[in-house]
Amino acid sequence: MTKDECKKVVVDIIADIAPDEDLSNLKPEVRLRDQLQLDSMDFLDIVMELRKRHGIEVPEADYIQLASLDSCAEYLTPKFNALAAKR
Amino acid sequence: MNSRTHYDVAIIGAGMSGLAAGIRLAHFGKRVCIFERHNTVGGLNSFYSIGGRKFDVGLHAMTNFVRPGVKGTPLGKLLRQLRIDRDEFALCEQKQSRIAFGARGETSLRFTNDFAVLESEVATRFPAQVDGFRRLAAAVRAHDDVALDAQPVSARQVVRQHLTDPLLEDMLFCPVMYYGSATEHDMDFGQFTIMFKALFFEGFARPFDGVRVILRVLLDKYRAAGGERRMKAGVRHIVAQAGRATALILDQGEEITADHVISSIGAPETARLVQSGHHPATAIAPGRLSFVETITILDRQPAELGWGSDTIVFFNDSARFDYACPKDQVDPRSGVICIPNNFDFGAGRHLPEGIFRCTCLANYERWAHLPEGAYRADKQRWYQSLQRSAQRFLPKLADPAALAHATVTTDMFTPRTITKFTGHLGGAIYGAAQKNRQGRTELANLYLCGTDQGFLGIVGAMLSGISMANYHILQKS
Repeated sequence: MTKDECKKVVVDIIADIAPDEDLSNLKPEVRLRDQLQLDSMDFLDIVMELRKRHGIEVPEADYIQLASLDSCAEYLTPKFNALAAKR
Repeated sequence: MNSRTHYDVAIIGAGMSGLAAGIRLAHFGKRVCIFERHNTVGGLNSFYSIGGRKFDVGLHAMTNFVRPGVKGTPLGKLLRQLRIDRDEFALCEQKQSRIAFGARGETSLRFTNDFAVLESEVATRFPAQVDGFRRLAAAVRAHDDVALDAQPVSARQVVRQHLTDPLLEDMLFCPVMYYGSATEHDMDFGQFTIMFKALFFEGFARPFDGVRVILRVLLDKYRAAGGERRMKAGVRHIVAQAGRATALILDQGEEITADHVISSIGAPETARLVQSGHHPATAIAPGRLSFVETITILDRQPAELGWGSDTIVFFNDSARFDYACPKDQVDPRSGVICIPNNFDFGAGRHLPEGIFRCTCLANYERWAHLPEGAYRADKQRWYQSLQRSAQRFLPKLADPAALAHATVTTDMFTPRTITKFTGHLGGAIYGAAQKNRQGRTELANLYLCGTDQGFLGIVGAMLSGISMANYHILQKS
């Protein structure tokens, strides 16, 4: 998986969690919280959807890694690739 | 199907909170089953049919209405958490509502889903109070009402820091208390802010077909997520061992086990189910606030009687607003009128029949033990009394007999009806006075959601189920 594909995975999840948000002009380097109205319940849902859909575990201490799309890609892409290698 | 004996989570009660908790848990892969004693879902917000006609119970209006695009409010959180598209609820806004005080409602504050209307009404009727009112509104706005560890503070005391006119104070407390207070006379400021926002900053709406639309959406989501439910399957006992709920015994005698149990039936009601071999030192007292409601079906739109376009009217005829369990069977001095026809259903679209509902405070004990004949006679007597009382706060009928002529059928529920169909002790619609924000019980894997967890209104009920499922189960697995 590339980092861009990883970002798309995250954007797809946000689109399902928060269909009332406009995701067309998301800046990957800016914190999601600063561009979208996402609260802690929504971030918890991103984590849980990652687990449900892709089997990716994000421990609570690492939630901060999901702050922006860029940081999501940095943090999650190796996890996706490690998982793919195992299969 | 629906015949296994072990679940990840068992939920007691298929009301709004239980269904919402169930949707969250099933969506995230938990094997979950809702056990409901009644044959219909909805609990305190349900509906029933008599003679092919559907009557809503509980819901006058869905509070917390905000228009599309308004974010960060309870309705938005609820829709996101349950993956509901707001079009599925197809909410129609109220036209206008009023708070009417005085023997004939001489002092009246109109409000709509636009807060500026109430603010300008306060400025007109209470010019000396409007600055204080604005400060109060700012304090409400700034209050964090969803913290699960907040300490209770008297709302009367906080409001009096901003308002000095007891009439205005009572006029604001009347709708806030009628739509959610489980305590008499005063309430916790956190609860006050939840209701103030839900009623005044946000507002009233309902689906054209009433509460059953919301229930249908919840049931469809729950089913689609893989949730199971068993109707006419009440939980008779919760078996407890070593501080944990180890099994549920159903009314039919069947034994069910679950890793977690969420009970939406109320704190004292849940405590009564627990068989732990010892009784907890502090029993939770059931709530004291119950209601009667009259429902009058009309052969025409209520506006045709000259009653205008009020959706909800909160009224009180006395010097002070007395929100308490009455000594008599009913206290007709204050109450709530609901005219469901006066939601804005769109041009040319209106409910097929007129509906006139009136709700007043009632005393459970004075209704609970009456023999059947006396019960029916008292219902009849109070029906007339409520109708007379409520009409004082609506425009006077040109012909005093017009209401009787337009009436097709009537119904009435009492505190006894509430307990019979919902199992809530004392007919307590808003549950026990003491709320339990974290939903913990004496058993480590048994949690509460719903009225006694303390988020109010039907949006609050659903958020309660969501929060408890998140907090106790989903965040920890």
